[in-house]
Amino acid sequence: MAELTELGIAEARNLLAKGSFSSRELTESHIAAVAEASALNAMVTETPEIALAMAEASDERRRKGEAGALEGIPLAIKDLFCTKGVLTTAGSHILDGFTPPYESTVTANLWREGGVMLGKTNMDEFAMGSSNETSYHGAVQNPWRRRGDNRALVPGGSSGGSATAVSGRFAMGATATDTGGSIRQPASFTGTVGCKPTYGRCSRWGVVAFASSLDQAGPITRSVRDNAIMLGAMAGYDPKDSTSARVALPDFEAALTGDVRGLRIGVPKEYVLDGMPGEIEALWQLGIGWLREAGAEIIDISLPHTKYALPAYYIVAPAEASSNLARYDGVRFGLRVPGEDLTEMYENTRAAGFGPEVRRRVLIGTYVLSAGYYDAYYLKAQKVRRLIAQDFRDVYGTVDAILTPSAPSAAFAFGDKADDPIAMYLNDVFTVPANLAGLPGISIPAGLSDDGLPLGLQVLAPAFDEETMFRVAGVLEEAAAFAETPEEWWRSS
Amino acid sequence: MSVDKATVARIAHLARIGVGEEELEPLAAELSGILQWIEQLNEVDTDAVPPMASVHDEGLRWRGDVVNDGDKQADIVANAPDAANGFFAVPKVIE
Repeated sequence: MAELTELGIAEARNLLAKGSFSSRELTESHIAAVAEASALNAMVTETPEIALAMAEASDERRRKGEAGALEGIPLAIKDLFCTKGVLTTAGSHILDGFTPPYESTVTANLWREGGVMLGKTNMDEFAMGSSNETSYHGAVQNPWRRRGDNRALVPGGSSGGSATAVSGRFAMGATATDTGGSIRQPASFTGTVGCKPTYGRCSRWGVVAFASSLDQAGPITRSVRDNAIMLGAMAGYDPKDSTSARVALPDFEAALTGDVRGLRIGVPKEYVLDGMPGEIEALWQLGIGWLREAGAEIIDISLPHTKYALPAYYIVAPAEASSNLARYDGVRFGLRVPGEDLTEMYENTRAAGFGPEVRRRVLIGTYVLSAGYYDAYYLKAQKVRRLIAQDFRDVYGTVDAILTPSAPSAAFAFGDKADDPIAMYLNDVFTVPANLAGLPGISIPAGLSDDGLPLGLQVLAPAFDEETMFRVAGVLEEAAAFAETPEEWWRSS
Repeated sequence: MSVDKATVARIAHLARIGVGEEELEPLAAELSGILQWIEQLNEVDTDAVPPMASVHDEGLRWRGDVVNDGDKQADIVANAPDAANGFFAVPKVIE
């Protein structure tokens, strides 16, 4: 048998069902691959004993004929999801030693469907970053490198560890979260498929909060089909999250009909950026051509407030973050740095516990919510947010889905943007609008840059229409026939 | 809008993050840069636009006022940096 780590979730599911191998064998091969990939720094915590116990329990369930949708499939979990009895740090020093006494709803759903946990993946601190350079545990390295160039590249962020684990073939799928692009941008940078579903599709319960009105969990996998399977297992109504949507959970895999004839695909003119690399524009045109050839109708559309999405996001998200992160006070969990009195203890703990990007955003958020500035910044951003959501509502009368690039560049090198917060924020220019509007989006690898790095295309769909999103993504995936994989240079090191 | 050192010190205190004197000036420059970039929002006419706090439009759900969970004192304090007798322990607050 070829290496088990090369298999996708759908293939492995079918071979497990046939008895070609056991979950224990599949899991052992992934545990070994995780151990060999330590140079990538994609994992904060490896859980091989838990993985083996879960794999054995899975094999036992299968013997009894009780297989779930992800029965026996080894997965990696972003360190933002609370996992009972397993260290959960959100990439932050301030959560040192935090071992949740409960399980997030999304991970509980995955285990109910038979998933096997390989460990927790590295990420930007509190999911704030687009390069994984803000993690307290050190940056993750992208498995991909430029052709003929050994320099390390960032995997994107914030779900860079999850994207790397899937791209590097040491997890078959990984959970991730997306507040402004944190699933789709790293997927684009690592040649993987990453989907942010509709806000409310996956429960936020037990996911460390960053910006509660924007945060949404989703899967990173190596194919659109695998993504549909995994999202189906993660999603669903949860009474423990007051914003969880009480809507029916469709069979996402069944949506992959391969047929987009007559579907109307919007191409927004505002997504053409000054200074965008020509290869990204060219890839976008290629994608448009693929869909047209498959029988879709291409329609030029306008989303006039697109350029205001990022500045609105950088008020709304920090404001919500400054409120959510107030809980890290050195009293209930994680780090405590003593002080002369209670206030000094708070200030010392939070000074030592938060990294520079988190501190920057908490300060911005505190400022825009403070007396005298609330109307000028926060209220203004909330109004612009409504206009951005309205832009999408207006076009979804005439189109069924939207096609855009996923990110304005391929993966970049460490330090390239670390000193310029705004340059870093611009990574999310194509992904942020869907968060503000709560809409589903998926990035699929569609081609390589001139220097051999993966580039993604993004499909956006109306709220709770992930089926159309997957259907279009599946057709693009087939047309792109993206089969390149990174050289496994980390295995020899 | 640009923020000065005193404003940074004030918001840092509001956020309960200790910031050293030598960090105030560089932080003021950083935050001012971000706030100036954000101010392009002023180009947008929003006079007639109601603010949008969330895309979730179902409204908050009601549930019965019943206890369906609890008895987790040990779990709740298990991660505390300092706990005593089932309580979180903090430095003395009342003189």
